[in-house]
Amino acid sequence: MKYLFDNLDLVMQHFWEHLQLTFSALGIALCIAIPLGFIAAKYRKLQMPITGVLGVIYTIPSMALYAALIPYTGLGVTTAMIGLVAYAQMILVRNVAAAINGIDPMMIEAAKGMGMSKWQIIFKIELPLAIPVVIAGIRIATVSIISIGTIAAWIGAGGLGRLIYQGLNHDHTGKIIAGTVSIAVLAIGADLLFRLIERIISPKTT
Amino acid sequence: MNVLDQIRDYFAGNSHVFMANLKTHIWLSSFSMLAAILICVPLGIWISRQLKVANYIINAINIFRVIPSLAILALAMPLLGVGFAPAAVALTILACPPILINTYVAFREIDPAIKEAAKGMGMSSLQRIMKVEFPLALPVMLAGIRTASVEIIASATLAVLIGGGGLGNYIINGISMMSKSYLLIGAIPVALLAILSELIFSFLQRKSNYSN
Repeated sequence: MKYLFDNLDLVMQHFWEHLQLTFSALGIALCIAIPLGFIAAKYRKLQMPITGVLGVIYTIPSMALYAALIPYTGLGVTTAMIGLVAYAQMILVRNVAAAINGIDPMMIEAAKGMGMSKWQIIFKIELPLAIPVVIAGIRIATVSIISIGTIAAWIGAGGLGRLIYQGLNHDHTGKIIAGTVSIAVLAIGADLLFRLIERIISPKTT
Repeated sequence: MNVLDQIRDYFAGNSHVFMANLKTHIWLSSFSMLAAILICVPLGIWISRQLKVANYIINAINIFRVIPSLAILALAMPLLGVGFAPAAVALTILACPPILINTYVAFREIDPAIKEAAKGMGMSSLQRIMKVEFPLALPVMLAGIRTASVEIIASATLAVLIGGGGLGNYIINGISMMSKSYLLIGAIPVALLAILSELIFSFLQRKSNYSN
């Protein structure tokens, strides 16, 4: 613990690096996952192939995926990012599709009956109802990205994982503890934050 | 020399080294898996009977579960040293949350009428667990074991960092030497192992389902 407090600046720098990596990966992942989840939900024929392929990618251990990518994309942030985005896809697409499929068809019918256009239905009915489930997916995806991001430090992505690897290599207990404690704080903090958002944003049922 | 030739070359001279690494990986994974099942299944059943504390325990586990696997593995080193045993302990801890939570949920969701009927037939509490509740809970428990097994095989790749051995050797060395062939010799078997265990457990899960 002494190392952590003596080197708080350095640890915080790694912490921010990790946070940046996590949220940029999450942003890119969402840009792909939301349309993909929409397609999977709207076209039932495509649902099986999409979730199947993503499921296989998700099953491959991250270290193995990185090892397979390095010969082509090299060491560094690009490779790390590809892996992080790929793992998040499975979780996000599944939740986006579940969120849309979970909407009661009666509500859509009622909206149609009120004369809403197709886009109005998407933005005013489907999105607000789907968002809490999507947020749950984002929470799980964020936690996995934080976790896999730790591993990605080995391939030069930076972040808190670097402290852990340095500690392991140099048998430096202080660094190991500083790294593990701050990564645990980050992961648990992100989990709690998204749980809170989930609770606030859920439509109130009376 | 292209990558395939390099890989062939490696296997021509060192296939026994590969087999040893593969064996360590499988042994480390299955040992931790078995330990986690032996600890968590009885514990899960016990929690499912403790109405008052169950929620707190499950919430605590859910928070604990969020901690990255590398952090838990890394913490094993200062506490337990290096080698097979610390790696096995860390992997066992990693496998516990999914098994424990699924066991708890599985036993919790059994229709109370079925339990009541078993009681009415004069079954003792142990008989009820073994003959009625366990078979009904099995599919959900196996789903947890499946998740845990994939997680363990993946994390066992990192066990090499604390001297646990296994196929992670090839990946770590492959990155240090920037050797394509080493990276692939490690990556492909690890990926196949994970997919294989996923397939085996989802098959078992389907087989164990009573309603089929």
